[in-house]
Amino acid sequence: MTNIPATGRNTRVTIRLIAIQVLVFSLLLTLGGRLWYLQIRNGDEYEKEASGNHVQQVIEPAVRGSILDARGVPLADNETRLVVSASRTALMKMDDDGKNVLTKLAGVLGMQPKDVIQKVRLCDSETPKPCWNGSPYQPIPVTDEATPRQALQIRERAEEFPGISAEPAALRRYAAPAGANTAQVLGYLSPVTDDEITKAEDSKNPLLRTDQIGRSGIERSYDKDLRGQAGVKRYQVDKLGRVIGEAKGQKGVPGSTLVTSIDSRVQGIAERELDKAMKAARKEFDRNTERNYKADSGAMVVMEAKTGRVVSMASNPTYDPNAWVGGIDGKEYQKLTSKKSNYPLLNRAIQGQSAPGSIFKVIPTTAAVNAGYPFDGGYQCSSSYNIGGQVFKNFESQSHGSINLGRALEVSCDTVFYRLAHKEWQKDGGNKPKKNPKDWFFKTAKQFGLGKETGIDLPNEVAGRVPDRKWKSDYWRANKDGWCKQAKSKKKDYVTQIARENCLEGMKMRAGDAVNYSIGQGDTQVTPLQMAVIYGAIANGGTMYDPTVGKAVISPDGKDVNEIKPKSHGKLPMGEGTRKAIDKALAGVATRGTAAWRFEGWPQKQIPMHAKTGTAEVYGKQTTSWFATYTKDYTIVMTISQGGTGSGASAPAVRAVYNALYGVNKDGKINPKKALLPAPQRKLPKISADGTVQSP
Amino acid sequence: MSSSSGGFYIRRYQPQQGTWGKLTAPGSLVRRLDWQLLLAAIALSVIGSALVWSATRVRDDIGEGFLFRHVMFTAIGLALMAGTVWLGHRTLRGAVPFLYAASVLLIILVLTPLGVTINGSHAWLSLGGGFTVQPSEFTKITIILGMAMILAARVDAGDREHPDHRTVLQALGLATLPILIIMLMPDLGSVMVIAMAILGVLLASGASNRWVIGLVSAAVGGAVVIVSLGMLDEYQVARFAAFANPALDPAGVGYNTNQARIAIGSGGALGKGLGEGSQTTGQFVPEQQTDFIFTVAGEELGFVGAGLILVLIGVVLWRACRIAQHASDLYGTIVAAGIIAWLGFQSFENIGMALGIMPVAGLPLPFVSYGGSSMFAVWIAVGLLQSIAVQRPMSA
Repeated sequence: MTNIPATGRNTRVTIRLIAIQVLVFSLLLTLGGRLWYLQIRNGDEYEKEASGNHVQQVIEPAVRGSILDARGVPLADNETRLVVSASRTALMKMDDDGKNVLTKLAGVLGMQPKDVIQKVRLCDSETPKPCWNGSPYQPIPVTDEATPRQALQIRERAEEFPGISAEPAALRRYAAPAGANTAQVLGYLSPVTDDEITKAEDSKNPLLRTDQIGRSGIERSYDKDLRGQAGVKRYQVDKLGRVIGEAKGQKGVPGSTLVTSIDSRVQGIAERELDKAMKAARKEFDRNTERNYKADSGAMVVMEAKTGRVVSMASNPTYDPNAWVGGIDGKEYQKLTSKKSNYPLLNRAIQGQSAPGSIFKVIPTTAAVNAGYPFDGGYQCSSSYNIGGQVFKNFESQSHGSINLGRALEVSCDTVFYRLAHKEWQKDGGNKPKKNPKDWFFKTAKQFGLGKETGIDLPNEVAGRVPDRKWKSDYWRANKDGWCKQAKSKKKDYVTQIARENCLEGMKMRAGDAVNYSIGQGDTQVTPLQMAVIYGAIANGGTMYDPTVGKAVISPDGKDVNEIKPKSHGKLPMGEGTRKAIDKALAGVATRGTAAWRFEGWPQKQIPMHAKTGTAEVYGKQTTSWFATYTKDYTIVMTISQGGTGSGASAPAVRAVYNALYGVNKDGKINPKKALLPAPQRKLPKISADGTVQSP
Repeated sequence: MSSSSGGFYIRRYQPQQGTWGKLTAPGSLVRRLDWQLLLAAIALSVIGSALVWSATRVRDDIGEGFLFRHVMFTAIGLALMAGTVWLGHRTLRGAVPFLYAASVLLIILVLTPLGVTINGSHAWLSLGGGFTVQPSEFTKITIILGMAMILAARVDAGDREHPDHRTVLQALGLATLPILIIMLMPDLGSVMVIAMAILGVLLASGASNRWVIGLVSAAVGGAVVIVSLGMLDEYQVARFAAFANPALDPAGVGYNTNQARIAIGSGGALGKGLGEGSQTTGQFVPEQQTDFIFTVAGEELGFVGAGLILVLIGVVLWRACRIAQHASDLYGTIVAAGIIAWLGFQSFENIGMALGIMPVAGLPLPFVSYGGSSMFAVWIAVGLLQSIAVQRPMSA
């Protein structure tokens, strides 16, 4: 039967056994091949997936850098508050999910247990606020206003409060040194939004959910420097979220310190003087509108003439920037953004714009010289000027006879500029303009930087407007439908008359437009800062600087000092002769011109003062008060909306600031000891490694 | 034992003196054991202990109790193997009807309220004290033994060259009852393994090709009917769907297979070191000390360690094949072939599902996985293989 009788197997069985063997080993080989494929060929890929699987991040926010004034006094720094927080991971390990501990905690903090429990629950689509929308591995703040006593109670009895910590944490504080709250310049912080997190995700500096972001002012423009980089602790966790080890983390870097050119003492005085001036204006009776001036808003800019550095920038109405710290409540926010409060968040120095009135006249003066009219020529300063039956009056209808341009500036003679502007308008073709009109008066305004932002390191600066031919036709196109509709009505009031005129020839530069424009009235719009740059340039020899608030960014250890150098955006379009002549005329304004009565007793020899007053008419509103001044080091521009005349409403405040800067007392004597800043602050405060600041 | 009384004593070969001498004498039982098979199986259990320790050390239920129990189970398994060898498979042949009846009774007990459901399978008996037993593991053995007894009886007696149709039908009838009971549990994994073992048994018995082909088609057809009639539980269908496309629902059913693949893949060539696997310590893979123990090897011991397990399983199966080929009677050949098919398929299915090339079924990895019933069953199987090896003619 078989040749191996002892085994009882035949050929069929033997073959099948071999088949089984082959099958078994081919299965093992398959497994080996697959193992090789997973571990050797694709091993790296899976390793990446595995490492991403179990790491949870705990974020340690970076301390935001301080904002210092020029002498190192903090305008914005951080205040240590006792923050009590709860660790969700620890609470969830307890049998009752930490309810017992939280209830006890509420007792210590004097809060309702319900409120505490709601604060530490996680937000999801079904959970209404309050809830925690950060990482569940992040300690969740229960309160940031714990008293040291409460904090001690929690820390001393740690075993009774597992998972609860009471630690000091840094919160923003706007200290308002010397009464300088500097609100609009500093800006404010608020928590990041989901959108911002997504947008910044792939950038070099990704945002964390716990981050606060600068929303306005220098908090915004220097946000990246101030914010620093949060530290990240990475914990390895298991599937249930329990921590089983620590992975490589990232050390936090505190934010840099920003030294500004603001002098808190000057800022404080500027704010107070602005407020005082506005209050005083409200007591003045306006004969035109037959009621007191409203003085609804105002601004004052004090700038270093030779660098463009902002020494102080006051805006009114104002508010307390600390309102934003720890989250602003709805009521407060409504108040800050309402018409009733007249939008105190706006920085009127860079966001308030209106017609400049006569402080504009340095521009038509320059335009006239550039158009070929000699500075020292004789120009008729009549009490009025007549164009085709329309009478343009001199301010206060005074006549000064034949004067040169300098004197025209001193006495702010409108009719001199009316004549010049009218003549140039006629040369350009009048009502039938040439193809390439010279437009000296408009061109020069643009060369002075009007109609364009100054480039200050603050967000949302407005550009103002030069109402040239192009603007006129654009404006007409945008509004003609409305005008023409109103023109068809049979009404004969002023507004309808204007509408009728505008409907027909609003696209044209009319004689009246050109003449009105030449004295800074009409559709021209400027910001106080633009005027400060222009007057500063006249003072410093003709360079228009980009104004700056930031002076230096200093690393937290004080070693890395990154100075922000003054940068110019051009030269004034005038020769040195013209500049000197204008400079002399503006000194004349302060000594014998329209501002002389406000600078009585000023030590002009020691500190030559230059000034120009302006009173701009705004249709339907009271006049805007403007006052532009400079010495060799500083330029101060102030405005009050619906505040009256330039010299009347604004000049006393400006003089008060000069008095403080140079230590000039009421009789005009200089007391160097009382001078706050007789020369601009050049040196930077020193910051040592431990964070202490040394005044220069 | 020989005594020793100093440094200069040279132990000399003293044949057949004392108990040890008798045990180790040429031609003795111990000498005739298949040591390669035994050592490979022991090595797998030792590696298994390390893996069980790593997979369970961070758990806070019984922690290192898992390691202790695994070692204990292995020791009991070795004892069971020794007992099996001592009795010899021929002696056991006489007890097969009784063993078969006992195992069927046990799986019927599972269906009574004494049974316990674990992971969707109602396949366990509670013994109290936290111990459970899975009788279907032993049913695998009794089915193989019972079928081998019926199929080999006439051939070994020299009556026939091959089992006839009637014999085959009888053998299949014997297997049908326990299979139906296990399907009721349902313990699909065991059913698949038993089906494979039956295939191995039939192949080795020399039954006609028609039976082999018929059985394979019946199994395939049966599977189609079962799935199409919705006789499977939802969890079983879900497992198969997730197997087909794990990316479908990575956090759901496919989660386990995905995490298992990540664990093994991230091990790379040399692994992360025992106890250092982040997937393992993080308990991202379920059932890691039992069904998915291969993922621990893959992650912590790498291609080298996991490959070693494959090689050791290969050694066990290779020795089993040799034993089947050299058995002294058809009964031995059939039993060995049944065991090969059982261990071979169970290993392939277990590792295959960890590697993502087989659907998930609750089957332990022989010798390596934690679990008493499985450990005892595979060591009894080794005992059977050893006794077949021991009783083969010396000349072979």
